[in-house]
Amino acid sequence: MTTLRWVDATSTRGGARILDAVALEARPGEVLGIVGPNGAGKTTLLRCAAGLEPLSSGTILVGGTPLASLPARARARLVSFLPQQAEAAWPMRVADAVALGRLPHDATRDAARDGEAIARALDAVGMAGAASRALPSLSGGERALVLLARALAVEAHVLLLDEPCAALDPGRQLAAMDLFRRVAAQGRVVCVVLHDLGLAARHCDRVALLHRGRLATLGVPDEALDDAALAQAYGIRAVRMRVEGQALLAPWERLGAGASREMRP
Amino acid sequence: MSLSRPALVLAIALAALVALSASLGASRLRPWDVLSADEGVRAVAGLVLWEIRAPRTLLAIAAGASLGLSGAVLQGLTRNPLADPGIVGVSSLAALGAVLAFHFGLWSPAAGGIAGGLAAGALLVALAGRSAGTLTLVLAGVALSSLAVALTSLALNLAPSPMAAFEIMFWLMGSVADRSWSHVALALPLAAIGWVLLMSTGRGLAALSLGEDVAASLGIDLARLRLLAVAGTALSVGACVAVAGSIGFVGLVVPHLLRGLVAQDPRRLLPASALGGACLLLAADIAVRLAPTGAELKLGVATALVGAPFFLWQVLRLRGAA
Repeated sequence: MTTLRWVDATSTRGGARILDAVALEARPGEVLGIVGPNGAGKTTLLRCAAGLEPLSSGTILVGGTPLASLPARARARLVSFLPQQAEAAWPMRVADAVALGRLPHDATRDAARDGEAIARALDAVGMAGAASRALPSLSGGERALVLLARALAVEAHVLLLDEPCAALDPGRQLAAMDLFRRVAAQGRVVCVVLHDLGLAARHCDRVALLHRGRLATLGVPDEALDDAALAQAYGIRAVRMRVEGQALLAPWERLGAGASREMRP
Repeated sequence: MSLSRPALVLAIALAALVALSASLGASRLRPWDVLSADEGVRAVAGLVLWEIRAPRTLLAIAAGASLGLSGAVLQGLTRNPLADPGIVGVSSLAALGAVLAFHFGLWSPAAGGIAGGLAAGALLVALAGRSAGTLTLVLAGVALSSLAVALTSLALNLAPSPMAAFEIMFWLMGSVADRSWSHVALALPLAAIGWVLLMSTGRGLAALSLGEDVAASLGIDLARLRLLAVAGTALSVGACVAVAGSIGFVGLVVPHLLRGLVAQDPRRLLPASALGGACLLLAADIAVRLAPTGAELKLGVATALVGAPFFLWQVLRLRGAA
């Protein structure tokens, strides 16, 4: 059971604490949702765990091994990261873009295994039929799915996804959340940054709510996203329903004047 | 490494151009004259082929390969199809080095050029080593380049005589005519080291196709990649500018033309661009030998005459697509 643990993870940039002593554990088999207002540190949390930024203090452990002690290529085989925004620089073919996910494995030179992983990843996101199309010929949402397939093709134990659903239509959002659940069911660690609290409440096993670089709440969606937490972090009130025994949550109104978050016409 | 099909075609084209280059020159001698029954013809043919046409051909290939390869690497590194070796300032600083050597009569222009190229390389490597981002490197290169161009103009301005100024200007236009084996010996080893560094960037550049974050998450050391790219460019382009002067547009145009033929894959684009650059520059050099102009057209002038309109067309096409 290899977990991913942030231990007192602190990241400072230009004097500001982007992450402030975050202690968090993502477990195999569960989908961990990471939510929080803009600038709460969600992306930095993932970037540090993907090895893209060093922590100012604290450590990140993968199954007890400090992430920073791993060679880059070994880390890349263990942890796969989907950035929030990525555009291909060249009009590449879909299959070629997904194939880049196999780069950390290229020392083994196992073309058959790479081919299978690429096909599996494209199939998982429902883009198998587009394998030989050029990226610019796809819609924004379809391109996002191809980039998700690229992250899946690494077949890493830990999957870190920064807003994978932002560009997707509702059908594909649900399909993506189902996919993350299936990936987690294989015993892998899945961390998903989400802005849609409804998706987080309905599809994540546990939710971590970040606020100003700190872990505000952590737990099953009902607890982590309770009224007090939403009021404190977002300054909002949400309406809740239970449908077929599951939580449904929709942001309803801002609380008070919300002076600091006011937008003026 | 197995060559892709475009690379294979380019290699065959290059072989044909080498044969053509060996056959053309001021004298009407042909390669097979070295087998002539006439001992005098044989001796002269051997001399012309070996001492005049061979170094010229070899330098055209080396300069073209350096420009094409470094252009492909820098376009991959900056993820920008309009990048070329000039943007990191190596060419202008190498040219400045050569011009200063001319001006003060210190060393040969070639040695001055190499010193200039290496200085540019050292500056850029120091910057890249301090984990400066790609944009910072490019901006530093642009600043370096502007300064070098200004200082080159200053050297022209203060030239001791109009003849000296004329000579500098002619040298700046770029040419591989009348080069000797000593030029080859000076430039080729450095260029070859540069090629090795540049060729090793393919895997990292492929990962960079999807952005710096994706590349880093795939285990690519971006700082090392930048280091290899600028050091390789400084060595190969610096050495070639030092002996052949400034030759523009090859580094821009060649990767651009070939990218679509190698499925947009930087790993396959690198060898293809090296071969393509060599082909283009050797073809241009053959063209300037054949052109019926009074004085021989300078190579840099010829490539810019073709390259500038192409560049404009590309810019307009890209702007149209956006």
